[in-house]
Amino acid sequence: MDCEKAIYRVYTYLDGELTVWRRWSIRRHLDKCPPCAQGYTFEIELRQVVSRKCREEVPPDLKRRIAEALGEPSPPE
Amino acid sequence: MADQARFAEQAMPYMSALYSAALRMTRNPSDAEDLVQETYLRAYRGFGGFQDGTNLKAWLYKILTNTFINTYRAKKRRPEQVDLDDTEDFFLYRRLGGLEAVEAQRSPESEVLDAIPDELVKAALESLPEQFRMAVLLADVEGFSYKEIAEIMDVPIGTVMSRLHRGRKALQKQLWEFGRERGLLPATNGEDIHDGQDGQEGPAPAPAPETAARG
Repeated sequence: MDCEKAIYRVYTYLDGELTVWRRWSIRRHLDKCPPCAQGYTFEIELRQVVSRKCREEVPPDLKRRIAEALGEPSPPE
Repeated sequence: MADQARFAEQAMPYMSALYSAALRMTRNPSDAEDLVQETYLRAYRGFGGFQDGTNLKAWLYKILTNTFINTYRAKKRRPEQVDLDDTEDFFLYRRLGGLEAVEAQRSPESEVLDAIPDELVKAALESLPEQFRMAVLLADVEGFSYKEIAEIMDVPIGTVMSRLHRGRKALQKQLWEFGRERGLLPATNGEDIHDGQDGQEGPAPAPAPETAARG
């Protein structure tokens, strides 16, 4: 596999959506190509950062309203 | 058939994830609260139709998505001004210096990423056109599979993949532009540092190009 193909598929690889054969062949490329491997590592970090930084706290009032609407006792603060 | 009496116990743990997604969808806290509440009520009423043992989180997200589309989308239209022209892969990585990282113990890029404020990441994601934003949100923030996203958004898997492909590139571009506007990201010129030759390193990026020295 060459760099162009590897980079094209790296996101699908990261998504865990490649077939076994393609996973193996991209892994093999990353193992011998530091620039692609670095880019891949960056993409993993970026995804973690995006996911972590987009987390929100539920406003307590909303939690209470929903619990009440569902007939549950209010969650403790 | 799921037991409605057990709905709260099973569904309440997803509220934080659903609220985060609702905020990215509506881009407005009060609409997000209404959307989540409406989602829980609809889910509660429809819980009898939920198959026990299947994916409750995906089921809740489908209701969230449908409720958003039917109720809130028409109401709040913000002009979408994001360039979805094809951008190269590894867009942000290339601009943050690329190969310098190979030598470094800890890549400077990841430090730059950590330093990006939450608000900027949220703003970049929220700036994407809706269909791309939803795909990226479901995959990269919530970790759903292509198949689950296809079911949640009610589109073929191929559509999910193409929205993800373009949405992620657009997200990187927006992060880059927002970060530069606020002086948070180093301004390299983003020359192609990796020339596509198998196993060969490209030339090291030029330090501080002239275009970077702007006010």
